[in-house]
Parts: sequence; structure tokens; C-alpha cells
Amino acid sequence: MVLNSIEKLLEKYDNGETTLKEEQQLKTYFAQDNVAPHLESYQTMFQYFNNTKQELYTKDVPLKPRKNYIYQWISVAALLVLSLGIFTQIGGNTDPLSDLTQEERMAYNQAVEVFDLVGSKFSQGESNIAAFGLMSNKLSEGVEKFEHVSEFSETTNKIFKSKKKQNK
Amino acid sequence: MTTTDFTKLVMPFKDKVFRLAKRLLVSTEEAEDATQEILLRLWKNKAKIAEYKNVEAFSMTMTKNFCLDRLKSKQAQNLKIVHSNYQDNNTALQKQVENKDSVDWVSRIIEELPEQQKIILQLRDIEDYDFDEIAKVVDMNPTAIRVALSRARKTIREKLTNTHRYGIK
Repeated sequence: MVLNSIEKLLEKYDNGETTLKEEQQLKTYFAQDNVAPHLESYQTMFQYFNNTKQELYTKDVPLKPRKNYIYQWISVAALLVLSLGIFTQIGGNTDPLSDLTQEERMAYNQAVEVFDLVGSKFSQGESNIAAFGLMSNKLSEGVEKFEHVSEFSETTNKIFKSKKKQNK
Repeated sequence: MTTTDFTKLVMPFKDKVFRLAKRLLVSTEEAEDATQEILLRLWKNKAKIAEYKNVEAFSMTMTKNFCLDRLKSKQAQNLKIVHSNYQDNNTALQKQVENKDSVDWVSRIIEELPEQQKIILQLRDIEDYDFDEIAKVVDMNPTAIRVALSRARKTIREKLTNTHRYGIK
């Protein structure tokens, strides 16, 4: 390549106006051995660029496919719920009414009333059962009386037998 | 998206990410960490990757921001600057020995440039990006990029000639 054109290209190069193609021309020119002595500094530059270009990244990058951690988190959540449940069963009986809202408290009171009602009916039923008990008492008394009657009939039988013997 | 798909997608530009990170962070280890971080972030957001129009430009922007953050952070304040131990396999050994010193100078000179110029120079002269792509990464208009690039190139050459001629740093 003519030295003249190279020098023109270098001027453009210094002003940052060369295209990539022109720069490629310069690079091939400076890659050869016989370069004009006054252009040596350019040669050093281009040589450096060329050397640097061959530097490679050789390390491995540890690429791991991302694991799905969702199942592990579900088990953690389950454990949490379980332990929370046990904890409230054992230790959480300090005034449960205090942290209820108005509506919840009303519902609770209604429930208590219903339970009261059921309880009173239940006790009424119990008193009826007591009446049955009284009746069975009377019945057993009646049975005792009946024994008296049978005793009486035995003695009358004896009397009748003795009378028959006397008749004979 | 499987690991293979992701690797295929990332393969073409992971070296570019690394080199940009190294340009900004200087040390190879730091740059490796940064690259890993960027790739892992991409992997984490792999569901959204399809939405990005240009994954490469997006990654480069991420890299730029990440590295600038690293430089600002306290941790990086006591970062020991290690000079790039680049490998030069293609040139003949004799030539390598001859040029090693001056080629090494280039990297030192670039280190002294402002961050913006470093990024632009890296993307243009090493990664061969066109101006539109660079504009996406650095969020500047093409004219400003040209100016910054020109300044960077001139500074490098000026300093390089100075060192060659007079041994001035």
C-alpha cells in the first residue's frame, strides 16, 4: 500500500474519523514488518491493540439452574402453623373475651344464652325423672302391702284347714 | 433457557466483557470477578433476555457501570494495581522482546486516560465497535465519541513518542 494513503488514513485516524474498514487497513499495514520508521509509534499502538484482542476469559462460570424452593417453604409454613396451634392450645387461655370485637362478643353471648336454655330444659327433664323415682318408691311400698295380704291369706288358709279337720 | 443456550448466547462477547473490565479495573483477577458477576447477573435475568434488543450492548453497558461502581467503592480504594501481564503468542520471540517495553508502555498510558476515553478506545480500537454501538454503551452522541476517541489516540501517541525519544514518562 502506498505510504501516502496510509499517512492520510492516519491523520483521519487521529481525528477519530476513520471507518472500521479503514482502520482494518491500517491494522493490516502495521501488522507487517517493514513499516516506515517515522510511523513506529503507530505500530506499537496497533500491536498493543492486536495483542490485547487475543486475551480471553477462561474461567468457568458456575451456572446453576434455579431450584424450586416452594416445597421447602410449604413445609416450613406447615411447621409454623402446627407449632402455633399447639402453643395456643397450651398457653393461650388468658382472657379470650378481651380481644373479641363487638359482633363476636354478641355472638358469644347468644351462644351462651342458647346453652343456658338447653341446660334448664335438661334440668326440667331431670326433675321428671325424679317423679319416676318417687313412683317406683310407692310401687315397692305397694308390693310390701301386698305381702301383708298374702300373709293374711295364709293364716286364713290355716284356719280353714283346722276347721275341716274338726269337721272330720 | 438451558445452560447450553445461555453459553451459546454469551460465548461471542464474554471475552469482550472481560477485556473491558480489565481495561477499567486493570488487574486480571478483578476483571475475572467482574466478568463472572456480569454473566451471573445475565443468567439470573435469563427470563428477560429475550426482551433485550442487543444483549451484547446491554452486557457491555452493564460491565461499564459495574466496573465504574467498583472503582468508586471503598473496597477498590486499596486495590493494588497490577500491570497487565498480557500474553503475546503470535509475534516472534525476538520481536516480542524488542517491543515488549514499548507495548507495555501503551497499556500504562491508557491506564492514565480518563475512564470515558478508556472505554471508548477499548470498544473502538480493540473490539471494533461502530459508533452507534459505542453510543449505546456509553450513552453519548457519536460526535462526542469521535472527539473523545481522537483525544485518546493523540494522547497515547504523543506520550509514546515522548518516551521513545527522550525517555520521559
